[in-house]
Amino acid sequence: MSSPKDTTAEQAAEPRPDRPEDRVTEPERQRRRGRWAATGGAGTVAVTLLAFVAAMVIGAVLIAVADPDTQAASKYFFSYPWDTFTAAGRAIGAGYRSLFEGAIFNPNTAANGTLSGILGPISETLVNATPLILGGLGVGLAFRAGLFNIGGQGQIILGATFAGYVGFAWHLPVGIHLLVGIVAGIIGGGVWGGLTGWLKARTGAHEVITTIMLNYVALYLLQYLLSVKGFQRPPYGQAISNVVDGNARLPHLLGRDLRLHAGLIIALLAAYGVHWLLTRSTLGFRLRAVGANQFAARTAGMSVERSYVIVMLLSGALFGLAGVSQILGTNSAITGDIDAGIGFDAITVALLGRGKAGGIVWAGLLFGALHAGGVQMQASTGTPIDLVVVIQSLIVLFIAAPALIRALFRLRATGGGVGQQIAKGWNG
Amino acid sequence: MTATDARTPGPDSEIIAHEVVEPPQSLRSRLGSGAALVGVGLVCLVLFGISESARTQAEFVLNPDHPHLSVTLPARWSSIVLGVVVALLGAWQMARGWSRRGIRTVILVSLLCFVVSFLCWAVSGAPGTSFDLLGLLQATIVTAVPLVLGALAGVLCERSGVINVAIEGQMLAGAFAGALVASIASNGYVGIIGAMVAGGLIGLLLAVFAIRYLVNQVVLGVVLNVFALGLTGFAYDALMQPNTESLNSPSTFDPIAVPLLSKIPIIGPLLFDANIIVYLTYILIVVVDVALFRSRWGLRTRAIGEHPLAADTVGIKVLAMRYRNVVMGGAVAGLAGAFLTIGSIGGFSRNISSGKGFIALAAVIFGRWSPRGAIAAALLFGFTDAVATVLSFTQTPVQIPSNILLMLPYLVTVFAVAGLVGRVQAPAADGEPYVKQ
Repeated sequence: MSSPKDTTAEQAAEPRPDRPEDRVTEPERQRRRGRWAATGGAGTVAVTLLAFVAAMVIGAVLIAVADPDTQAASKYFFSYPWDTFTAAGRAIGAGYRSLFEGAIFNPNTAANGTLSGILGPISETLVNATPLILGGLGVGLAFRAGLFNIGGQGQIILGATFAGYVGFAWHLPVGIHLLVGIVAGIIGGGVWGGLTGWLKARTGAHEVITTIMLNYVALYLLQYLLSVKGFQRPPYGQAISNVVDGNARLPHLLGRDLRLHAGLIIALLAAYGVHWLLTRSTLGFRLRAVGANQFAARTAGMSVERSYVIVMLLSGALFGLAGVSQILGTNSAITGDIDAGIGFDAITVALLGRGKAGGIVWAGLLFGALHAGGVQMQASTGTPIDLVVVIQSLIVLFIAAPALIRALFRLRATGGGVGQQIAKGWNG
Repeated sequence: MTATDARTPGPDSEIIAHEVVEPPQSLRSRLGSGAALVGVGLVCLVLFGISESARTQAEFVLNPDHPHLSVTLPARWSSIVLGVVVALLGAWQMARGWSRRGIRTVILVSLLCFVVSFLCWAVSGAPGTSFDLLGLLQATIVTAVPLVLGALAGVLCERSGVINVAIEGQMLAGAFAGALVASIASNGYVGIIGAMVAGGLIGLLLAVFAIRYLVNQVVLGVVLNVFALGLTGFAYDALMQPNTESLNSPSTFDPIAVPLLSKIPIIGPLLFDANIIVYLTYILIVVVDVALFRSRWGLRTRAIGEHPLAADTVGIKVLAMRYRNVVMGGAVAGLAGAFLTIGSIGGFSRNISSGKGFIALAAVIFGRWSPRGAIAAALLFGFTDAVATVLSFTQTPVQIPSNILLMLPYLVTVFAVAGLVGRVQAPAADGEPYVKQ
């Protein structure tokens, strides 16, 4: 990652006036870049929006290709080409309209005038966003310390298992039960993540390997538990756990009819906590120093090993909270797919949010909205929800390559791409 | 392994000329690892050897067609002896300490002893139970083939300086295209080509974004995995599922018995009675290993992965070579995907690679970016996976839940990585984009 930066110093010493950006010296360029960031990075916002547009355009092509009417019309494309285009346009319009209706506002249900009719889509968006924000924070925090946590799946499972077990096996008073459940979830996720950090600190085992392997271990552990009496719900036919007590459930925020629960508040608090940790605390400074250059950090007297353990504990704990949101909020019993793919989606959220707490919240909201809309789209137009996955990956891909977006839309160059300061290579 | 050997030179011991000075192990780590080994030995001794549940006889059938090739071990005594051996090795580590090179062998031997004594115990469960060793090894090969191919793909990319986290996506694209093309063309060989093209296309995306647009390569790999998962899932739901007959019913390859070689007992049916993709895997293993360390291409590939500026200075076209190698790597991973569909079960299903690409990635790192190491890692994983699968159908003295057994390959990998491999050093320029001046 350092080689282009190393070489720019030489470029500055030998300016080449043939390219406009080469006329500017490197310190000046960095100063301008800093100013862009300070003013909120207008170029960054534009690139983000245009990346979204480009991804939606490609998504539209996919909708058209998958639409049966369009397929039928394309069979006589050379006789009546217009038929194909109208059919495609109709399919794309219907698809994206239902995506919007599922995620933001649905005029049909809102016409009833009920609260759930009006706020239903937003509630779904926020419910989907909650674990994504928490998981994204976990991945982003690990990124900042130079670690790549692919173990979200396992950490969510452990968090949900711990919290869920406390939720249905213990019976405590109102308030205390929920609190104990949340703490149990944090411990579950934290232990699973911390294990990876400890292995890395003690033996140097690469976190990418250990987190992947521990994902599978957690997955099989959960499947085992779901076949054990005391965990599995009677009459023991299905792989589903007992139901969490009402006392341990996260309270609903917008009444019983809407699924939005207090997990969102936890997620926002966690985002603030991570922001504070990274920008205002000594520990956060140490973590960032280790992430920026572990050898320099070691020379400066910081314990790199301890930082690895701590950051993986915290990252796992955040995923544990995502598990809490899943089991004490969104669902009420543990099933084999309690992680719902959040462990991997969280990585893209963290990348889109550029590893920063505020960015991750927005990225989580966007992906939550896309997911909520995707469910509606699949239900009403039959377009597979995988379309949303494609769009998500394309957004991150385009944002990561600002040069491509600028070339597509003929913008002027500013700022760097996503992931330039996060996610190091294997050697740290 | 402690933090002190952070500077132990790289994966490729062949190019290291100087002697590595080993710092002495700390007393604490020596006692810890020794105690762990003694613990493992005691488990073998007590749990598998002396305990109530252990029986006396363990029969291992090497080849069902040749009953005289079976091996019968006295289960209890084998476990006791092996347990004592491991415990003694551990005690020596605690008392005097093995050298750093010695400890690797010790851990490997202990692992082997543990596996054998565990198998002795497991097989002795019910009288008349025998253990099909050949079936076990065959299952190992079947599990290992896609991992080996995926790992080779990773090695090809990363040795030339481009991190390939997208092995999973390349596999998935290959699996999808393999099934699709083979169904349309009614010809498996065309399917293989289709799979390699699809994997290569994801490789090309990786190359373009990593090399031309300088996107962070770890980020890129993750995103491409998601992209391939979404795209294949979408196409599967929207196109394949409604037209299963015409688009997703490829025929699989029949095994081809190599004349003479397939007649060798044990090795013959194990290695030389397989389908075309397995043979392609053998060829690729040899070609990649030899080419990487014995050819001009290999020297250049390693050069652009370690020090692209130096390579450029002597006239190697760094970027062109990276493009070529990454696309080749993608094609190899696509072949791995083809094995998952037309090479074994036939039709494609959603997320059919189910994380095998990530395990292949782990094998690359585990094998320290060398083809041989990666293959060894893939075989280790395949073997433990096969043991777990076979044992979940075997009547063991104490019934172990199958889900616990299925954790085995992953746990073994974690232990092996933590105990045997430790800190690894990637090619120096791995993941760093090269900007020509």
